[in-house]
Amino acid sequence: MDRRKSIKSIILGSVAGGLAMHGCKPEAEAAADGDALLTSEHHFGRTPEEKELIQELNAEQFFNVHELETLGVLCDLILPANAEFGSATDAGVPDFIEFMAKDIPEMQTDLRGGFMWLDHKCNTEFGTEFKTAAEEQQKQILDTIAYPDVEVPSEEHPLEIQFFSLIRNLTLTGYYTSKMGITDLGYKGNMPNVWDGVPDEVLAQHGVAYDPDWLAKCVDQSKRGIIAEWDEAGNLLT
Amino acid sequence: MQIIESPTKYDVVIVGSGAGGGMAAKILADEGLKVAVVEAGPFFDPANPEQQTQLKWPWESPRRGASTVRHFGDFDSAYGGWDIEGEPYTNTEDSNFRWFRSRMLGGRTNHWGRISLRFGPKDFKRKDQDGLGDNWPIGYEDVKPYYDKVDKLIGVFGTNEGLPNDPDGFFLPPPKPRLHELFYIKGAKKSNIPVIPSRMSMLTKKINKERGVCFYCGQCSRACQVYADFSSGTCLIFPAQKSGGQIDLFVNCMVREVTTDEEGRATGVSYINKEDRKEYKLHGKVVVLAASACSSARILLNSKSKQHPNGLGNSSNVVGKYLHDSTGVSRAVFVPDLMNRKTYNEDGVGGMHVYSPWWLDNKKLDFPRGYHIEVWGGMGMPSYGFGFNVNEFNKFFGLKVGGYGNGLREDVKKYYGSVLGFGGRGESVPQQDNYCEIDPTKVDEFGIPVLRFNYQWTDYEHKQVNHMQDTFEELAHNMGGEILGDRPSKEAKHGISPPGWIIHEVGTTRMGDNPKTSVVNKFQQLHDTDNVFIVDAGPFVSQADKNPTWTILALSWRTSDYIIEQLKQQNI
Repeated sequence: MDRRKSIKSIILGSVAGGLAMHGCKPEAEAAADGDALLTSEHHFGRTPEEKELIQELNAEQFFNVHELETLGVLCDLILPANAEFGSATDAGVPDFIEFMAKDIPEMQTDLRGGFMWLDHKCNTEFGTEFKTAAEEQQKQILDTIAYPDVEVPSEEHPLEIQFFSLIRNLTLTGYYTSKMGITDLGYKGNMPNVWDGVPDEVLAQHGVAYDPDWLAKCVDQSKRGIIAEWDEAGNLLT
Repeated sequence: MQIIESPTKYDVVIVGSGAGGGMAAKILADEGLKVAVVEAGPFFDPANPEQQTQLKWPWESPRRGASTVRHFGDFDSAYGGWDIEGEPYTNTEDSNFRWFRSRMLGGRTNHWGRISLRFGPKDFKRKDQDGLGDNWPIGYEDVKPYYDKVDKLIGVFGTNEGLPNDPDGFFLPPPKPRLHELFYIKGAKKSNIPVIPSRMSMLTKKINKERGVCFYCGQCSRACQVYADFSSGTCLIFPAQKSGGQIDLFVNCMVREVTTDEEGRATGVSYINKEDRKEYKLHGKVVVLAASACSSARILLNSKSKQHPNGLGNSSNVVGKYLHDSTGVSRAVFVPDLMNRKTYNEDGVGGMHVYSPWWLDNKKLDFPRGYHIEVWGGMGMPSYGFGFNVNEFNKFFGLKVGGYGNGLREDVKKYYGSVLGFGGRGESVPQQDNYCEIDPTKVDEFGIPVLRFNYQWTDYEHKQVNHMQDTFEELAHNMGGEILGDRPSKEAKHGISPPGWIIHEVGTTRMGDNPKTSVVNKFQQLHDTDNVFIVDAGPFVSQADKNPTWTILALSWRTSDYIIEQLKQQNI
């Protein structure tokens, strides 16, 4: 019995109580279908159609080599390495942006056009493409597009400013949704735990306190494993 | 093509496996009846590793959870959304009703907010108070015993506060508030807006031997693998099967119509099997519709016969009418006192730990019906969109916005967890002119005629959401915060969400004593056909400012008891 079949039998066995499902494909056919697909990869709950879409997008290539190199340079200007953590490219951000450009094709023209603008600007000013210019020259160009006037609605800015804002957004989101970025941020959740209130020093830091009457109504986490029972008036007894 | 008939004769055929269908399946199967449950989507179990999204990290999705494919992002468990390929719907001119459907076992209970509010005594008798709409033919006292049973069977945390229209119940103890919720409590107090612990159906304490206890990952929208939150599959259908109930699940089966005999009584349903695209028939003594308010109305309207030329149960011409959703407006506020946070795990339960029930007297206001306030915020797990406009709030301090370089890392940390949001969810006044009907010009990919919507909010709702905006601005001010975005203008209807957006659509097969003005009686039985029942939110006469699920569950249980009794007495 392969892994997929054993998972299936576990589910049917323990949860659905050995029940046969009707309406879908005959069991054997359904199992044969997806075997190769499903056993070789990790799962994050995709339906077969969603998996297919991801495979299609991964099979395409949007950025050419030059664009990818320029993207890497740009991402690392936005988020270079520091003493503790790697840069945006160390965290795989260019690959993520490549995927998003295919996933949200509406971004494609702005991205591609933005790279062309960067090279044109750099060639005009310094006689070289952006990716091969000196860091000081690159920063000189970025300084003209990285600080949008907040009084102007974002869609009214010149494209090069919108382009840079888009790249910065994608770079930061790509970084902070990577394993490295989440460690850097210090996000501590996404794991089983028992929530028992805000730490005292945090309450003090932010100048708030719990109301004792409120706390008295809250769950006593030492009794969470005891089955609930009530009296007739709805008072919890356990 | 010949329609393929199943030789099995079921006692009850249930259409839909969400809150209403799941509860009916459990109660009827526990009684020993032979039940078929027909679901338009695939089998779903959050304990199945292949279907799980809970406890996944953002990098496990190549789009980092972006909402390109699923409306609430890659990790939300809904299979479906406001638009489903091959299953269109239309709107009349100027109407923009948005219809959310989840095609999966358990339906929308797999990803809903778990806000589990009882309707109060006033909610069943709104006409008595403001002269608008209609009273329900039943009152709180009729439903209370079932609310009590639902509390105990499924589990809901909350507190008994003795409030007149937000009744007490059998609650599990609530979780402690998070930091941003303490700020909300403090801000609301300054305006005398009450705040109480939320009432939500996650298990903060063990309720039986089968289901796990909440482990505070904050991801109920992803559906819980230890069944610590309420979903219809995990908490009703699977347990009923496990205890020996005769339930046959027909998944990926899209019901077309209720079939009837020469006398006009229901004989079962016909459905399209999505896998082989052929039409099948199931036979049942009783048909229970639980497909969702609009889907059940669609099935009835498509069930035309010599005996029911206007659609089944529609001699009154009321099927589809009085469609109404909750009103909704949301705003966010940046709170400088929440900057520079020490990080710790504050995932908590999925959603809010505190909320504000409606607190004012409409007689002193320029609109009828109330709203409650939901709160969100905190140091959540990053997903697509995190870090966008990274230091936008610099503008509040006269600092430069934008830039590049390692300074951005500090900006991210400085502002992480400093935004708090409010959502107002209000009761609208049901209108006969807000309806769904069959659009004769269109069918879905299964050949079934689709729905056309006609829906306009009235001044009652516009004035109510304008009041929400006032409240939110006052709360933001009380917290020393900066409210984000511009206040929507009067011309923009004060920012009211399009109808359907709050996903509380109800009222399409409303309940009443008079068969001329209602579709079902007080036991949710069609006036026209005594062996057809509706246990979704279609029978709601009015919606209250309460999320509908707990009432769907209570009424479905009540109707199921009635079906059992009627079968025993051989009345149906």
